[in-house]
Amino acid sequence: MALMTFSKAINEALSVAMAQDRNVICYGLGVDDPKGVFGTTLGLQERFGPERVFDMPTSENAMTGIGIGAALYGLRPVMTHQRLDFALLSMDQLVNNAAKWRFMFGGHRGVPLTVRMILGRGWGQGPTHSQNLQAWFAHVPGLKVVMPSTAEDAKGLLLSSIFDDDPVIFLEHRWLHNLRGEVPAGDCRVPIGKARTLRQGGDITIVAMSYMTIEALHAVDHLAAQGVACDLIDLRSVRPLDWAAIESSVQRTGRLLALDTGTLTGSISGEIVARIASDCWPQLKCAPQRLAAPDFPEATSPALTRSYHIRAEQIAEKVGTMLAREVEHRSLAQQREHPHDVPGDWFSGPF
Amino acid sequence: MTPETSTQLLFQMKRMRFVEEEIARRYSENKMRCPTHLSVGQEAVAAAAGLALRRDDLAVSGHRAHAHYLGKGGNLPAMLAEIYGKATGCAGGKGGSMHLIDERAGFMGSTAIVAGTVPIGVGLAYGIKLKRTGQVSCVFHGDAVVEAGVFFESVNFAVLKKLPVLFVCENNLYSVYSPLRVRQPGGRSIAKMVEGLGLAVGGGDGNDAAKVYRMVSEALDAIRKGSGPRFLEFATYRWREHCGPHYDNDIGYRTEAEFLEWKAKEPIGRLEAELRSRGVISAAEIGEMDLAIGREVGAAFAFAEASPFPEAASACADLYAESPLSDAVPRGAGA
Repeated sequence: MALMTFSKAINEALSVAMAQDRNVICYGLGVDDPKGVFGTTLGLQERFGPERVFDMPTSENAMTGIGIGAALYGLRPVMTHQRLDFALLSMDQLVNNAAKWRFMFGGHRGVPLTVRMILGRGWGQGPTHSQNLQAWFAHVPGLKVVMPSTAEDAKGLLLSSIFDDDPVIFLEHRWLHNLRGEVPAGDCRVPIGKARTLRQGGDITIVAMSYMTIEALHAVDHLAAQGVACDLIDLRSVRPLDWAAIESSVQRTGRLLALDTGTLTGSISGEIVARIASDCWPQLKCAPQRLAAPDFPEATSPALTRSYHIRAEQIAEKVGTMLAREVEHRSLAQQREHPHDVPGDWFSGPF
Repeated sequence: MTPETSTQLLFQMKRMRFVEEEIARRYSENKMRCPTHLSVGQEAVAAAAGLALRRDDLAVSGHRAHAHYLGKGGNLPAMLAEIYGKATGCAGGKGGSMHLIDERAGFMGSTAIVAGTVPIGVGLAYGIKLKRTGQVSCVFHGDAVVEAGVFFESVNFAVLKKLPVLFVCENNLYSVYSPLRVRQPGGRSIAKMVEGLGLAVGGGDGNDAAKVYRMVSEALDAIRKGSGPRFLEFATYRWREHCGPHYDNDIGYRTEAEFLEWKAKEPIGRLEAELRSRGVISAAEIGEMDLAIGREVGAAFAFAEASPFPEAASACADLYAESPLSDAVPRGAGA
């Protein structure tokens, strides 16, 4: 185990995969530039050469299709988008080809393509540099959608994504890139589709993904000090979704709060509430609830984003409401030292 | 072209024509229940390119792909069974006429979204280049494909990386019912436009099978020697309606006179007459060829009709390698 950042863990996963299998290639806008996609691709071209690691034309749709074609030839391409928003230009290839190929040709061949997309929030990223559209991809049968929250899972899930025989959308939250954690050495794959329970408690089930897990951790630990015990489930992937983990937790707690980094309507959190309401109705002690971004785009000015995103204090407050208990939550906001629109002191923009 | 190749070219075109005319004849039986786009009249390009390509070369195509699939050596009974929605179909009934595949013949797939397989073909070529196998990836497409952004993106990358790709454009003047003149500026040549992207282009009469064969062969030689991608545009004409078995010269988007003009230039009779006059093939041999094709196609239709439908439970199969995933099949509410 070694202590490293989330972005370094991504970089390690790519290195390990490329060293292990010559069929792994890595490309995307800026993968070999001096910044190396927030440090995640630094050093790869020097180590593995320009045929396997390369910058690309600004042609998101074709370059996705080219990745699919290369995957059909036996390669395991890892394509990277510095923003999820850019990948919207590739929806045709992702939805009509990558997701369908194995199915529509009767199982002849799958598409072992990994598409990294970076999503985020805050610091003026605005309407088209911050979208959390995981629900779009998770809606498409044939895709897998992975959303790690910790450095260890970033490495383990990226390795599993690369060596998966089907297309995987790997969503990295920009606010997680500088998060540090213990990460195992070598090929430490984490299975896709298995949630991780980060905190155990019998009062309520909180389900989160990606950066929202970090906000939830702050809230859950704050609540624990007040005698409220939460089950906190980090989904880690949203397709496939670990229904068994959520259901067994809700059967114990009788309460569900689903958190989401995306906008509310049509969200993953909506699907979780729907499925649990349908399947666990007799066990529910109160109506399942959601916390997600509001149904309008994120604005650019910091004056307009102050209450846009869900923070720990809102999670704690919502838990109190669901338990019909007075809980203290305001101090969570008061303890925060950095501005509301950055993840920490390390983040100084512009990316 | 050797006499054997000429004869083979004639055979391939006749076989494609016979298969599709038979599809058209039987289509109204309503047993082939999927959109079906026939290439009757356009056989020369598919047959010639199919013969010029090596068996281990790869090819992809679009919605009008029967001829490309057959020309590349795709399995005929499996294609017909696919159109009939049978378990023995080349895609197990999941794809139908617009999703043909026969990897053993190097036919890597045809899909239904215009221009959708253009980057796939280029991506296959990237794999070929990395593995240095000497194969070529052939992208069959129509005139509407050069109106799609992904075409330019794909050609740009193929030129940038000098990939072994041959783009074969069949310009049949129509996209569904929309003539070229409402889609592209008059007087502009597709090949000339593509040349501006930095690759060698060529083309010509797409109903002259022998000429197409020569041009494709030359392009393939150059590509194998490392020239990078090539683009060929061939003029041809779709005889029947965009989708379905009928003639539609009466509905107003094109004229009977135009159709007859192109029909007079049809590729099969032209090659047959030439081979007869040169003494390459006799009338009796042509008769035998027709009979053999009729027997083969009849047996292939019989196979397709007699084949079982896929099990209903297989509808959700092959979504993922490790199908079914826990959420592939939803449970009933409250279960």
